[in-house]
Amino acid sequence: MAPVISARSVWKLFGAHPEKYLRTMPENHSFDDIRADGYIAGVKDVSVDVSQGEMLVIMGLSGSGKSTLVRCFSRLHDITSGTIEVDGQDIMSLAEKDLIELRRSKMGMVFQSFGLLPHRTVLENVAFPLEMRGQDKYTRRERALEVVRLVGLEGREDYFPRELSGGQQQRVGIARSLAIEPDIWFLDEPFSALDPLIRREMQDEFLRLQEMLGKTIVFITHDFDEALRLADRIAIMKDGAIEQCDTPDAIVMSPATEYVRKFTEDIDKARVVHARGLSRPVNGMTLEGNAVDAKATIQDLARQLVNETREAIPVADKSGKVIGVMHRSEALDLLLGAG
Amino acid sequence: MAVTHASDVGGRAHAGVGRNPVLLTLVGTAVVLMVAHAFGVLPPWLQRIPETMIPPTAEALDAVFAFVQNDLGLIYVTRFIAEGPLEFFLDATANLLYGKRRWPMLGPIPWTAIAGAAAVLGYYLGGWRLAVLAGGTFVWTALIGQWDIAMQTMSVLVVAAPIAFLIGLLLGIAAWKYVRVDTVIKPILSVLQTLPFFTYLLPAVIFFKVGPTAGAVATIIYAMPPMILMTTLGLKKVSPEVVEAGKMSGCTRWQMLTRVYLPAARTEILVGVNQVIMLCLAMVVLTAFIGMPGLGAKLLAMMGSFKLGRSFEIGVTIVLFAIMLDRLSKAWVVKQPIHFEKGTPWWKQHAYLLIGLAVFSFFCIVSQFVDVFAEIGRRQSFSKGKEIDVAIKSFLAIDAVNAVTEWLRWFLNVKVLIPFRNSLLWIPTPAFILLVTALAYWLGGKRPAIYAFVFFTLVAFSGWWDRSVITLYTVISAVIISMLVGIPLGIFAARSAKWSNRILLACDTAQTFPSFIYLIPAIMLFGVNDVAVVFAIVIFTTVPLTRYTIEGLRTVPPEITEAADMSGATRRQKLWSVQLPMALPTMAVGFNQAIMFAFFMVIIAAFIGTQDLGQELQRTLAGTELGKNIVLGLNVAFMALTFDLAVMAWAEKRKKMLGLG
Repeated sequence: MAPVISARSVWKLFGAHPEKYLRTMPENHSFDDIRADGYIAGVKDVSVDVSQGEMLVIMGLSGSGKSTLVRCFSRLHDITSGTIEVDGQDIMSLAEKDLIELRRSKMGMVFQSFGLLPHRTVLENVAFPLEMRGQDKYTRRERALEVVRLVGLEGREDYFPRELSGGQQQRVGIARSLAIEPDIWFLDEPFSALDPLIRREMQDEFLRLQEMLGKTIVFITHDFDEALRLADRIAIMKDGAIEQCDTPDAIVMSPATEYVRKFTEDIDKARVVHARGLSRPVNGMTLEGNAVDAKATIQDLARQLVNETREAIPVADKSGKVIGVMHRSEALDLLLGAG
Repeated sequence: MAVTHASDVGGRAHAGVGRNPVLLTLVGTAVVLMVAHAFGVLPPWLQRIPETMIPPTAEALDAVFAFVQNDLGLIYVTRFIAEGPLEFFLDATANLLYGKRRWPMLGPIPWTAIAGAAAVLGYYLGGWRLAVLAGGTFVWTALIGQWDIAMQTMSVLVVAAPIAFLIGLLLGIAAWKYVRVDTVIKPILSVLQTLPFFTYLLPAVIFFKVGPTAGAVATIIYAMPPMILMTTLGLKKVSPEVVEAGKMSGCTRWQMLTRVYLPAARTEILVGVNQVIMLCLAMVVLTAFIGMPGLGAKLLAMMGSFKLGRSFEIGVTIVLFAIMLDRLSKAWVVKQPIHFEKGTPWWKQHAYLLIGLAVFSFFCIVSQFVDVFAEIGRRQSFSKGKEIDVAIKSFLAIDAVNAVTEWLRWFLNVKVLIPFRNSLLWIPTPAFILLVTALAYWLGGKRPAIYAFVFFTLVAFSGWWDRSVITLYTVISAVIISMLVGIPLGIFAARSAKWSNRILLACDTAQTFPSFIYLIPAIMLFGVNDVAVVFAIVIFTTVPLTRYTIEGLRTVPPEITEAADMSGATRRQKLWSVQLPMALPTMAVGFNQAIMFAFFMVIIAAFIGTQDLGQELQRTLAGTELGKNIVLGLNVAFMALTFDLAVMAWAEKRKKMLGLG
């Protein structure tokens, strides 16, 4: 299936004459070289695909370009070079009218500090995108009420943003971004401004929504735990470039660069890595006994691993089909932190 | 003398200035010139620019204006606006408010109806206090017998303020949207803001008919700049995420502006509205000078014939109007929309509107039957003008009081003001320019110095040097005196939160008064002379100095004062080595404002009788010497801008140094 978003060698430079500069820039110029020339590389030669129904988490420290990249996907920023296709359509070639149409019908976005319109009530905020595309008052109210209920803000429809707590405000932001039933959902550090307990609660809420709605999601965070918790795939960014883009298991098990390895250092790997992540091809080995679930984390399997007598343990997917073999010693190493 | 003092404000920020070669050259040359002058060896053409070398700027400007006005036909356009739409609106409000015989022939609205509606509006915006203030102001005005003149003033205000708001808003949006508009508008605005108001008046009279139309035009132009600035500021401050949220919701450009930007900038825009209203009031009162009837004209007449009691009463009315308009519009700024629970009936959601309408209609109907409710006649009013007049005059005649004011007048005049003025006038023109340039260089660096040099040279070649120096002398003397009063007062008040709030409130209130008001106590105490002028400026300029001193001291971060306390600093040590240095940039802003206010006031004070630019400016109003009027106005603006640029550059630099952003 064709990817929903497809970015090919995307560059975004900030500075006086970015296009002209990029054309004459020597190859393999580093981030610092570019900065020395008076330009900032917000996004540096990024190629990435997001497929239908996938949740891609973009992870990086502040200033690593993750917010810039996601704004390129929605063309809040015009890119300097490269191509970005959404549903097979090059968004840089869209006229203003078509771009507005694209956003009105397909995209939703949630912001770190919510970006709520202070002069509108909860309901009016949620109905805003519908109002922009000219829906009539009645249907827009119906739909807005429905989404407000979905995010659990029933009874607060007529409140103003300033009357709500941070968590509630972000629920409004989420509701607004869902009002038009977007195919693609951008979330720019949606939970960073919230305190830890609320953050946890909102993550659960978010997972619940995602399970229900199954959207294609690009999620930004600087919190590695959050990334591991939510992601199908994680793209780790540094200085505008993607260092590694892979499943959480793969990133933890085999970091591509020193930078990524440092991130994974303090992570309790047993909680992240799944049986699938440790499984290897069977290669004609004869396997005995019950298989373990590919989706179980090593920690879930801890008790079993300790009491296990087999060295080679079969791993099976949902349907019970054996997909590989996991070595007990390897799994124990990981569990005990020696991996 | 003036120069050295003003520099003291900069104080310890610049160590080792004495070794700066540029500064040394400037001051050195000036000193050489002055020494030569003292020994009588300075050639006359270096003392003052010879008459023959002064270009006929005023005549040239007159020719240009004549060309634009008559040959290009601008006058027809402006006259059309004046006699067409503008006059139409002014006539309509004049009819409604004080019964001028024009369309729609409904007025005058009974005073009780206006007062009642105002009270309801006050209650809606800010509870009982504002209800009493709003209703009470109108009741007072009616009872004291000034209803008609007050409504003459208001009839211009209610037309000028919305127009100034609208034009200001549109220009503000344009300046925010297009960089080019911004770069063109910025310098024009800063000149407009320092231009004395007399310079607004004459072109208004010439291009738009005498009377309310010219008054309204001058008022609109005068009140517009802050609206432009606040709009631009508000739009720039809209949080980027709100903007992005708008874009991601699929807003078109028009939707972005009307549904996202403007509502999100609501607070700043309303602050602009507040300033527009206050400046309109100040200017409408001043348009008395071009013969516009109303509170200002009455006040002018009463002060002119030294009727202190009536002046005082009119002063109170103007002040009440100022406070009322200020408080109501400020209450509107902070008023947030409130939500109604589901199922609230329609009449309950619009309760205030309905009550207001009910009160209004009730009094309209009652006044059909009871005359007093419609209008209060001359004989029925409670004016105590004569009695107050007698009281004030007999108070001033008490020996002790008389002795104090007499001594102050003598001391200031003979010992301070006249010697100071003479010594400034004694300095040769080139030396003066060099000294001012040196001051600007020392305070702000190269750019302000260049401006200072160019501006003062232009003043020298305008042919009005002596009058300019006298204007400057009045400004400087007044600012120095108000520093001696305002800064200690601010330091005292800043010591406790209670007093800070009280004095800040007093300052805020005083700043809303139209400047004209400040002449009343000055004339009362000192009669008509130089001391009264300085006194009027002093009360006017003490306000910003006190205010910014308090603000500067109160905003020193508490960790820093705590650190000083823990280092064992005494109160005095803490003040001198911690609080004052941190507060200086903010205080400099107050100092700058004081200078600007002084330049503004000194021109109005021409009314009392001065020998400076203001006097000449006021004279031009009687005739049609537009060129001269503009040259004089620009002289004032140039001098004011010189100080503005230098002091603000210093404050910026200093702030950066202290890491205060």
